[in-house]
Amino acid sequence: MLEIEALTKRYPTGDLALKGVTLAVGAGEVIGLIGPSGAGKSTLIRCVNRLVEPSGGRVRLDGVDLAALRGAKLRAARRRIGMIFQEFALVERLTVMENLLSGRLGYTGFWASWFRRFAPADVARAFELLERVGLAGMENKRADALSGGQRQRVGIARALMQDPTLLLVDEPTASLDPKTSRQIMRLILDLCRERGLAAIVNIHDVVLATEFLPRIVGLRAGEVVYDGPAAQVDHAVLTRIYGDEDWSAITQRLDAQRRGRASDLDDELLVQAV
Amino acid sequence: MTTTAAARTWRRPPFIADARWRWALIAAAAAYLAVGIGSLEVDWQRVVLGLERGARFLAAFAQPDFTSRWDDIQRGFVESLTMTVTSTAVGVLLAIPVAVGAATNLAPRWIYLACRGFIAVSRTLNEIIVAVLLVAMFGFGPFAGFLTLTFATIGFMAKLLAEDIEEIDPDQLDALRATGATFWQRLDYGVLSQVTPRLVGLSMYRLDINFRESAVIGIVGAGGVGDTLNTAMDRYEYGSAAAVILIIIAIVMVAEYTSGLLRQRIQ
Repeated sequence: MLEIEALTKRYPTGDLALKGVTLAVGAGEVIGLIGPSGAGKSTLIRCVNRLVEPSGGRVRLDGVDLAALRGAKLRAARRRIGMIFQEFALVERLTVMENLLSGRLGYTGFWASWFRRFAPADVARAFELLERVGLAGMENKRADALSGGQRQRVGIARALMQDPTLLLVDEPTASLDPKTSRQIMRLILDLCRERGLAAIVNIHDVVLATEFLPRIVGLRAGEVVYDGPAAQVDHAVLTRIYGDEDWSAITQRLDAQRRGRASDLDDELLVQAV
Repeated sequence: MTTTAAARTWRRPPFIADARWRWALIAAAAAYLAVGIGSLEVDWQRVVLGLERGARFLAAFAQPDFTSRWDDIQRGFVESLTMTVTSTAVGVLLAIPVAVGAATNLAPRWIYLACRGFIAVSRTLNEIIVAVLLVAMFGFGPFAGFLTLTFATIGFMAKLLAEDIEEIDPDQLDALRATGATFWQRLDYGVLSQVTPRLVGLSMYRLDINFRESAVIGIVGAGGVGDTLNTAMDRYEYGSAAAVILIIIAIVMVAEYTSGLLRQRIQ
């Protein structure tokens, strides 16, 4: 469904952030993108919806080359790609409902959006999603009055308002506490499954990634150095992605995870977080 | 006794390291001050006369004369307030597109330069100079005053608003871009929503400034209460002048208070 081919990105400063990344994501497939800071994870997903302009290569969504689109066609393509941000990126001074409805801006004319007269079907959908993400009754709260977990739920609902086929998820849990992180990851994965959405999830936390995401792609210095099942992420793979380090603490946890002690691990994680 | 601790001292490093330079600069500054004060020509007789006149003027404040020129005063204030409200409204409306154009994060380079250029011109020219020009072009009266204040409002508002727009959170704009929103929708949801408190605050502040300026530019013939004040002073009617000034102070204080209330509510 999404085919990325020899994608490169060179920033005006001369930094080569992506060195020919090739990656395919099937319909309804959810992948985890891991790698050190500065490896190009954010750049990669931003090249897909063109928040960052790729320097070379192709990004095809259902056969359409996104890298070649301009103007109205680009906006139309963006409607089908929802994005979830690390710092939530909600419009802070607007209400939760306005934030949700802003996911429909691509389908709504300027004056209708100016007067906040969205199609009744959109409003109905917004109420439904609000309930689904566990924020029923919060529609008139201002976004900046919510907690971190609640904000990310609004961010998720906004992305789903677009009726996307693909979700780009940029560090969804990096600003959240461990418990909320797990809840948010579970919510994203559940929603993807329910709606058959494909997703690329950028994530720092290897343990969280391998637990929730069946396929892991490792990015290092702008190149894909691992693309395989989460079950095969081990000491060697982590070293390939992140470099030399004593990985025993993490690999022990990965092993325990595979042995199905996930619930014990939860407790362990929580104790550490406290 | 700890001898090592006693031996250690510390002094703040001087701003100018070389002591000779430091003292030379201090001496030069002192000499300049002495020469400057010495070159002031003070006509002490004039000062005495002025003090007398000032005392009379101050005495008039104790008994301001609202009645004998009330019609003039009333006309002046109606003109001034009309000028203030209309020029602020029109000025703010016109300043918004200029501010968007003058924000590096939104406008392409050539629009940015054009808008910054306009702002620079508007802010370089003092209101009185603009008023003199516009009075010459459009004749005496409040229309010239209205144009002057509108012009000044655009420069003032556009500059400060553009700075605020440049500081908005870019993530919010990115998120809207990712939904497929058009430029104008992003402007509405992403930019306007973030700068509204500042826009309201600045508008109220500018309303205040415009009212005070309307009193000043009246002196060069641009209508309003400045005209009334100028006439009263020319006729040595200090009582009427005092009345005008007292009303100006009252209006500015009311404006200050209400704008404070409004800014509190829109956070």
